[in-house]
Amino acid sequence: MAQQYMLSVWHVGGYPELPPDEMQAQFEAVGAFNQEVMDAGAWVFAGGLMPRDTATTVDNTGAETILADGPFAETKEHIGGFWVITAENLDEALRWAAKGSKACAGKVEVRPFQSE
Amino acid sequence: MTASDEDIERIVRAEYGRVVATLVRRFSDVDIAEEAAGEALVVAVQTWRRDGLPPNPGGWLVTTAGNRAIDRIRRESTRDARQKEAAMLTPPDSDPLGAVDDDRLRLIFMCCHPALAVEARVALTLRLVVGLSMAEIAAAFVVEETTMAQRLTRAKRKIKAARIPFGVPFASDLPSRLSSAMAVVYLVFNQGYFATTGDVPLRGELCAEAIRLARLLRQLLPDEPETSGLLALLLLTDARRPARFEGTTLVPLAEQDRTRWIRPSIDEGHDLVRQCLKLQRPGYYQILAAINAVHTDGPASDWRQVLALYDQLMVVAPSPVVALNRAVALAEVEGPAAALTAVDALDLVPYHAWHATRADLLRRLGHDRDAAAAYESAIALADNPAERDFLTTRLASVRG
Repeated sequence: MAQQYMLSVWHVGGYPELPPDEMQAQFEAVGAFNQEVMDAGAWVFAGGLMPRDTATTVDNTGAETILADGPFAETKEHIGGFWVITAENLDEALRWAAKGSKACAGKVEVRPFQSE
Repeated sequence: MTASDEDIERIVRAEYGRVVATLVRRFSDVDIAEEAAGEALVVAVQTWRRDGLPPNPGGWLVTTAGNRAIDRIRRESTRDARQKEAAMLTPPDSDPLGAVDDDRLRLIFMCCHPALAVEARVALTLRLVVGLSMAEIAAAFVVEETTMAQRLTRAKRKIKAARIPFGVPFASDLPSRLSSAMAVVYLVFNQGYFATTGDVPLRGELCAEAIRLARLLRQLLPDEPETSGLLALLLLTDARRPARFEGTTLVPLAEQDRTRWIRPSIDEGHDLVRQCLKLQRPGYYQILAAINAVHTDGPASDWRQVLALYDQLMVVAPSPVVALNRAVALAEVEGPAAALTAVDALDLVPYHAWHATRADLLRRLGHDRDAAAAYESAIALADNPAERDFLTTRLASVRG
């Protein structure tokens, strides 16, 4: 019975701006990490997100739908991308998170999904 | 023959952690384990009072608690529970662990998982491994019982939802996990040695439990000298326990009757410190153990050696509390004036030992009025009743 976890990558402030060669090295590192997760059979889904100024917030909890430009949370920290993986337990998920954090040079939050 | 309540109390305290640990392994659920263990203890007290102790009280408790847990799972009808029932009908596998096969060790690594907040780790260990009541833990942390209950509930929910494993960590994770486990064991020991709960200055059963846990950690990792250092530190500190109190008053180290110290613990502690020295990989617990080895070697402490070891500790693990203890040694080597300068430079105003150390240095320098004020501050902040008594006696002496 494996458990799914979301490993989300958080940035503080804007997207890190890197010179092209470092950017390329990071892409490769993330690609290699992705391959490792897939080879281990732990891969479920992953994706990188566009910068937060591309976000729109929708609020349909009241009488009418209100759209607002920008992300919901007005914090410095924002999510830049995520992996969804399966792992036996938290230790296994944390080991993947440590590798993922190194590969993408960002802090990674590990959170379990609700099970059924 | 009926069993005395003291016997029952002692056995229940000693077996609690083992019962919980066995049940967590079997049912993979901390709440079920805790509740069933609690129910089994209630049944044990009633039954043993009437019928006397069974031949194997620990086994009796595990069996009774296991049956209670199965009853509870059967009463619940969710699919999750039925799966658990199916799982537990297969006999529990014994998942060998090499030299140490102990469910309590797995339990302590679960409770000390770095994904939990530090205070939650200690509280969980005290609750699940040592078996303190919620009221006792709340008192130890000086928080409301409801606050502590919420903190523990949250920690247990995280263990379950995030699947913090019940087991000894992978070799690659072990060093970092070990330091967390050692820190918690040391805190459990100190919770016993400097009890802040109720009117008892010392809780021997907590000290004994911490020593037992330290032994397990050392068995698990004999090549890691810090585990030996921790065990040596606890043994050498615990060895002085019988001489630490005169009635209800704390007796300072220099004035203790050394013939009352526990000799076998000192011998074992010295032996461990010698083994550590040979490995030449000093660390926090090894240096603290070495300091205590000096204190317990010969008729009086060699303060120059103690000071040198504190200097080393300031390199390995600098902190204001270490600096304060270094100043105590400095006072013996260079005199109270030099030590007072060092102590006054530390930012430890909320800490009772800072005021107590200042008070003692001021007293020795003949500044009775300042000493009295410092003793008053220390008394107001001290939690341990024997220490308060000691400080109150000293306060009276400087007031003349």
